[in-house]
Amino acid sequence: MTLAATQAKPAPALLPRAGGLRGALSDLFWRRPKLLLLLMLLPPVLWLGIVYIGSLFALLLQSFFSIDEFSGLINREFTLKTYGDLLQAANLDIILRTVTMAALVTLASAIIAFPIAYYAARYARGRWKALFYLGVMLPLWSSYLVKIYAWKLILAKEGILTWLLAKLHLLWLLDGWLSLPIVGGNSLSVSSTGTFIVFVYVWLPFMILPVQAALERVPGNLVEASSDLGASPGQTFRNVLFPLALPGIVAGSIFTFSLTLGDYIIPQIIGTSRLFIGQAVYSQQGTAGNIPLAAAFTVVPIVIMGFYLWGAKRMGAFDAL
Amino acid sequence: MRSDGSPSAPLGLKIAAACGLLFLHLPIFLIFIYAFTTEEKSFVWPPPGLTTQWFAVTWNRPDVWQALSLSIRVAAISTLVALVLGTLCAAAVSRTQFFGRETISLLVILPIALPGIITGIALRSAFSLAEIPFSFWTIVLGHATFCVVVVYNNAVARFRRTSGSMIEASMDLGADGFQTFRHVVLPNIATALLAGGMLAFALSFDEVIVTTFTAGQQQTLPIWMLEELIRPRQRPVTNVVAMVVVLVTLLPILLAYYLTRDGDQIAGSGK
Repeated sequence: MTLAATQAKPAPALLPRAGGLRGALSDLFWRRPKLLLLLMLLPPVLWLGIVYIGSLFALLLQSFFSIDEFSGLINREFTLKTYGDLLQAANLDIILRTVTMAALVTLASAIIAFPIAYYAARYARGRWKALFYLGVMLPLWSSYLVKIYAWKLILAKEGILTWLLAKLHLLWLLDGWLSLPIVGGNSLSVSSTGTFIVFVYVWLPFMILPVQAALERVPGNLVEASSDLGASPGQTFRNVLFPLALPGIVAGSIFTFSLTLGDYIIPQIIGTSRLFIGQAVYSQQGTAGNIPLAAAFTVVPIVIMGFYLWGAKRMGAFDAL
Repeated sequence: MRSDGSPSAPLGLKIAAACGLLFLHLPIFLIFIYAFTTEEKSFVWPPPGLTTQWFAVTWNRPDVWQALSLSIRVAAISTLVALVLGTLCAAAVSRTQFFGRETISLLVILPIALPGIITGIALRSAFSLAEIPFSFWTIVLGHATFCVVVVYNNAVARFRRTSGSMIEASMDLGADGFQTFRHVVLPNIATALLAGGMLAFALSFDEVIVTTFTAGQQQTLPIWMLEELIRPRQRPVTNVVAMVVVLVTLLPILLAYYLTRDGDQIAGSGK
């Protein structure tokens, strides 16, 4: 080694060889790739490990503290009292409402996403394909608040939807729907129906992309074979397309479900005064100053998503991501 | 793929797909019309008249400029941090097999896989435990953490497509590690990094949930908008800002698309 390094002049190279520290470092990394790997991984792992995992851990820790009801101070002793508080009827109600909404939003997103994804995967070619892709990506990436704001404009009492229904002489339909308990309200922008519509709108692109990816892997001749064998389009859908698209739908549902569980801005801006998990977390840590209970509330979506991801992995959804 | 020509889709499917796409796009276009309305107090449709005066009013609002400037500074620094961390991580994960590789991919994805409110409150409680006061840097800390993933995703895809034999050839021709990186690796991954950086910028520029927990008294543009949505002061100004935000985020996304379209990103990145 030393012999070769001192004796031979470096072979004529395209690039001049650097000597000194730089050359030494370069040689060191070449001989010990593990060291280079370690150096490359150190900054991102330190950052994410300390900033993110450290914070998550701090949060989890706080959920085992409790708040003193008289002084309002946090009592830093290990207790399960906060989790006991979480199981009160009012809090269980919040959890149940959020999970139901997340499930309904996921279902509706899957239904609306399927035709778009199927058309893009099977029929769109060349320019149309690019157009479809951008058509899904642009809304996905456009400003989250602007999208909510746009729906506030649409759903407001004097907004475009009321105007449209009035033109179509269908206002009685809207009034009838709004007079129903639970789903109704003063106007669509202060009803659970409004919350539902906006959730579906905002998360829909997260469902389309994985479903499209799953459908793209279905060979076209499978569908043709099914119809050659005499299946109706409905039967082909039920027995061929749907089972093959299912991992994609489950993959998309991870996003729609998880995002709905944690969101607190949509139900705050468009919706009723009945709280969702995210709003409960926000108000517990903010106005109520009860950080332990807020922390315990956040454990709920983490646990639900833990089970969800475990189930999704078993269904092969991660291959469709 | 199929070898025969493209059969045309059933009419029902065409209509359903078209309606779906319209559903995704019409609400955003609506914002553009509302930015010109003469109506000040309510959301009345159709607009009673059209005017451009609100653009001038918005232009003269110092609070809007302050929020915009903070948003741009935060997004720029967060993007820079995310570029460094994401590229390092992608280079390490894509080139070698090592123990804990899967864990590291999970670690990178987790900040956006878990709901934003969890990231937000986790950071906030950590700041309060460590007694770190809110500042510009606490916002950057949060943003950079979830921006890493977009840079990482773009870079990893490009690293996988870059052939290892080019690096070996460079080494054989006598270039050292740094020269190889500068003249071979970097030009190959440059557009992917630019695309990742653009998306990270757009993501940070738009982020509101994590920011509400890490910003203290400062207002980024989305926080400003959230305030206006909850306690409206001057509706037409919000309309104009909303339209500007759409246009500002649109450009980096289109650019990112054109930078990565020849390959991995197209068509739902199906393998």
